[in-house]
Amino acid sequence: MESIDILKSQDHSSGRLLKDKLVLGAVIVLSLITISPIILIIWKLVVEGYRQISLDFLIENTPDTFEAMTAVANGELIPGGIANGIVGTLLMVILASALAIPIGILTGIYLYENQGSFMANITRDISDILQGVPSIVLGLISYLWIVKHITMGFSALAGSVSLAIMMLPMIVRSTEETLKMIPESLKEAALALGVPYHKVILRVLIPTGFSGLITGILLGISRILGETAPLMLTALGSSMINLDMTKPTSAIPLLIWEFYNDPNMVGLIWSSSLLLMAMILVLNLVSKQIVAKRR
Amino acid sequence: MNSDKITKAVLFSVSILILLLAAGMLYSLVGGSLPAFKTFGLRFIISGEWDPTYGREKYGALPFIVGTLITSFAALLISLPLSFSTSLFLGEYFRGTRVARILGILVDLLAGIPSIVYGLWGFYVLRPLLIDLGFGGQGFGIFTASLILAIMIIPYATSLSNEIIGMVPNDLKEAAYSLGATRLEVITTVTIPAARSGIVAGYILSFGRALGETMAVTMLIGNTNLVPDSLFDTGNTMASVIANQFGEADGLKLSSLIAIGLLLFLMTGVINAIGKLIIKKMN
Repeated sequence: MESIDILKSQDHSSGRLLKDKLVLGAVIVLSLITISPIILIIWKLVVEGYRQISLDFLIENTPDTFEAMTAVANGELIPGGIANGIVGTLLMVILASALAIPIGILTGIYLYENQGSFMANITRDISDILQGVPSIVLGLISYLWIVKHITMGFSALAGSVSLAIMMLPMIVRSTEETLKMIPESLKEAALALGVPYHKVILRVLIPTGFSGLITGILLGISRILGETAPLMLTALGSSMINLDMTKPTSAIPLLIWEFYNDPNMVGLIWSSSLLLMAMILVLNLVSKQIVAKRR
Repeated sequence: MNSDKITKAVLFSVSILILLLAAGMLYSLVGGSLPAFKTFGLRFIISGEWDPTYGREKYGALPFIVGTLITSFAALLISLPLSFSTSLFLGEYFRGTRVARILGILVDLLAGIPSIVYGLWGFYVLRPLLIDLGFGGQGFGIFTASLILAIMIIPYATSLSNEIIGMVPNDLKEAAYSLGATRLEVITTVTIPAARSGIVAGYILSFGRALGETMAVTMLIGNTNLVPDSLFDTGNTMASVIANQFGEADGLKLSSLIAIGLLLFLMTGVINAIGKLIIKKMN
């Protein structure tokens, strides 16, 4: 009788252990499934896209659909490149950064300096909510503001504004988080020496938190680099390199969308995506490296 | 002393700018959607008709509201086991190990892939696969869109719940271990209850992300303007209908699209506010 009881309890316990192992196995398998898309996607981009990548691809404008059709019919690589998209992306990202970074950093400093105040709390909440606004809605906003009232037509400026609104809350957040990690004593030491407040910001807070700020900025840029939807409503696209902020301008993601919709050009989608993905990967890895060094 | 006042004033006015920005966004969206709401009234939200024929234009947002909610819920359900397992992997089972670090970087990279690249991959890889598996038709529809959305929102749910799970105090867990609990029992009786609200907040925020995703959904959902009647039907979400129809829109149609944008803005705003509120309560 007694031995049966012991057997039973052992049975029970081995069942528990088995269950434990099974769940661990399931967690490992499901985690591997979770990361498989990133590997499969990058693999697909490299395999399908590498042949098209060359110097021409970087420095020439997009071919017209007829050139592309002829090349495909003859079994050749599609001529031309995506220089108009590369230049447009750089132009709009640089302008968006120029708008978002100063405002974002100053707001982040304000939030850090006024912890717990009513205004700071409201600003932080609004900024968090802005971060969740879908990018296509930001495109609509910039269309209503810039396309309709300022540039009177689709423009690089409108594209930049939608990207800047997207980037702004990320910069605010990362600035505040970075500053919170700086020891309070550094700032107090400077203030005790009678250093004016703006110099404390420029000479103490920003330099000490520099790597953190840069990380936030790089991640912000990597997020807006691949945005397509807001640019469809604002920058529209262009088959030529354009440096005029008030004119329609192309961008790499916009070109991918155009290629995808044009059966003759569809051969260019993978190489363009590969280039875009490479830019994003580099920004991500550089910012990871900075974070790792800081620790 | 004077320069300090100026500095403070500059900081203050810049943060006022953020508030003005948000207020201005709401103002412009409301202003832009007024014609649609004036013409259709409440019917705009509850009507399923989308007819751009000139002269008898009728616009109702219901098909897109339903489409958005179905795709986002389905995406959330599909992503749940994946992101939950991943956050256990990162925050509990392999916390602090090299494997977890690499896995964490890869999960973060999922968030870095542009929506349009997800769309291409979904169109050229996932869709043919679904057709081969016998999911019918051309492989377009709510289900395909949800599948790709599920992958896209994984990093948002994972990063928050992984962080919260990692914050559960070790002595709580050790107490359970010393009573003879297995790892699984520690997770179900200590870790999950302690981290519950954080995990829930992570899912709410990732649901908010799903609501507004545009390109990948546009490329896979099939773009039909009817209320979908099953998970395998084609449809449109609020974001995808704006992307699809914006190019040829003016007048009442443009106003209707802006009205859909306003509804989307409000929906994501409320969802995000709830998520943040839960996180705030936790701290």
